[in-house]
Amino acid sequence: MSRDVSLDRVTMRFASYVAVNNVSLDIKAGEFFSFLGPSGCGKTTILRMISGFMNPTEGRILIGGEDMKGNGPNKRPTALIFQNLALFPMMSVADNIAFGLEMRGVDKSVRRRRAEELLELVALPDAADKRIDELSGGMKQRVAIARALAVEPQVMLLDEPLSALDLKLRQHMRAELRAIQRRTGLTFIYITHDQGEALTMSDRVGVMSRGQLEQVGPPSEIYNEPATAFVAGFVGENNVFTGRITEVAGGQAVVETGDGRLIGRNPRGIRVGTQVVMLVRPERLKPLAVAGPTPENPNVLSRSVDHVDFEGAFANVHLKQPDGAKPLSMHISNDGSLTDLVGDRVFTVGFAPQDALVLAANGA
Amino acid sequence: MVQLYHRYGALLATLLIAATAIWVLMMVVLPYLVMAEYSFHPNLPMTQQGGPNDVYTLSNYASLFSGIDLLNGELPDDFRVFLRTIWGSTLVTFISLVVCYPVAWHLAKAAKPEQVGLLILLLIIPFWINEILRTFAWYIILAYNGPLNSALLGMGLLDKPYRWLSGSGGVLIGMTYAFILFMMFPLINAIETLDISQVEAARDLGAPEWQIHRRIVIPHAKPGIAVGSIMVFVLAASSYIVPAVLGSPGTRWFTETIYIWFFEGQDWPRGSAYAFILLGLCVVFILSVMRIFRVGLTDIAK
Repeated sequence: MSRDVSLDRVTMRFASYVAVNNVSLDIKAGEFFSFLGPSGCGKTTILRMISGFMNPTEGRILIGGEDMKGNGPNKRPTALIFQNLALFPMMSVADNIAFGLEMRGVDKSVRRRRAEELLELVALPDAADKRIDELSGGMKQRVAIARALAVEPQVMLLDEPLSALDLKLRQHMRAELRAIQRRTGLTFIYITHDQGEALTMSDRVGVMSRGQLEQVGPPSEIYNEPATAFVAGFVGENNVFTGRITEVAGGQAVVETGDGRLIGRNPRGIRVGTQVVMLVRPERLKPLAVAGPTPENPNVLSRSVDHVDFEGAFANVHLKQPDGAKPLSMHISNDGSLTDLVGDRVFTVGFAPQDALVLAANGA
Repeated sequence: MVQLYHRYGALLATLLIAATAIWVLMMVVLPYLVMAEYSFHPNLPMTQQGGPNDVYTLSNYASLFSGIDLLNGELPDDFRVFLRTIWGSTLVTFISLVVCYPVAWHLAKAAKPEQVGLLILLLIIPFWINEILRTFAWYIILAYNGPLNSALLGMGLLDKPYRWLSGSGGVLIGMTYAFILFMMFPLINAIETLDISQVEAARDLGAPEWQIHRRIVIPHAKPGIAVGSIMVFVLAASSYIVPAVLGSPGTRWFTETIYIWFFEGQDWPRGSAYAFILLGLCVVFILSVMRIFRVGLTDIAK
């Protein structure tokens, strides 16, 4: 059975430093929820407060509607998977997995059977009697998951458990974790600074910055509709045009930038005169056949190629900016037309107004 | 060796090696050899030494055990002292472990880093004072009209003063105090290397505090416990000053027996033999600790 987890105006202070600032959030039972943010953003502190290793200085944490105040980690229906896994090196794999059951006074033969079942679940049969140091990184990962599952938690907490693995294994384990979450139906709360992990695995993602939740939503929403410049910048790449809004109409805004007059979406309804950033994803910037702006193509720029990074599935074309600022980035998919892009030539590129997002400038 | 020759040239290197070799042979190996030689000879007057009666014999070693009558429960005095030394040293080792473990845990994992330095300094400072002086300080503390008895009487824990120095109590207290740091530091070092997330993982999985220590911390600290136990036992078994100052005639230590045979009994062969028996005892203890804790020499070296 899984439970929902609620944070009710949770704040955590360390002396003068506020690690988590007034965070409220409802995580549904059976949901795969990720906290995404740079290191020091407070995500690990939130996880440690949910698991019971810390108590919030203000606010409440509820699991299944029950206030967890005063309950230590051993009294909560949660199980934490540590960043370094924290397997017990002096015990066999089976003893590691059955440790929680041993502490609950479960019979030895029952423990053994349960450990073997769980090893089956995490696709590690026959490993029961191995020593921990005989296991590979991926195998240790699975043992840690099995050990946490053994105590039949209602909420699983994962603190960047994949960060120690190499890329291929990490991608494989993402799918594996997701599959285990679906099979068990448990609430998974996952901490990561890796946007790829958060976007691929989660039902919903909460992006954090400086102790606050910047945005909560499904991965596609986080990527396509970032609520703040921070979220847009942290999740995925952007071309950034800074400027001032000169006109607002029909959900769009006209921004006077160093690159000219550009039009983008204005979902936040930011007013005329505000200092803003206009964000365009590299894959939304496109080469154009026309030479100048038209009513259908209002955002047109002429730029010469700085250099091209060939990434395999696509090419990342870097375009020189006139004032020597950071080059623009344009992703062009590898569909056979790439050869004539290379070389020192001037491109006419542009983007549709619906592909550009206008947000308040950072800190404004 | 080759490096040494390269660096200092043949003459200087030879001199250095020769000096070291002479030092080791003359100062370390030779006295032991002489004592070993003594221990296998009968105790004869000077005039008979080297004569027909001067034969190799095990009688000095056997004399410790002769007269043991298990049926009537009779034990010769020297053997009784030997047993008391084993038992007392084991007890001192055990008490040190029990006293040190919570302190070591606190210093290694619980205390704030800025406190640790001060606390360790407080542990070390008393040991800047000479061992004899510290032992005499305990003699004063434990005296019949001393501060310990006054304090206990004052708190109403005793209704009449206790004779700490007439039983084994004084010796055990004094030795535990004298050698406690040899248990403390190996324990701190061993516990320090434990990854705190293992403790947290155990707690998260529902382990109560005592189970965390039983299943996680103590197994991890085993090499430290082994090293500390070996140090304390060997030092206690071969201690002379503490039993001499804080003991009574009824609590003689084996080291005192050895001293008596050497200098009061004028029986150097027997004293030598007893000294080797004490050495053997320590070796046996070290090997059993290594076996019990399943630690090798490399673990201990850590």
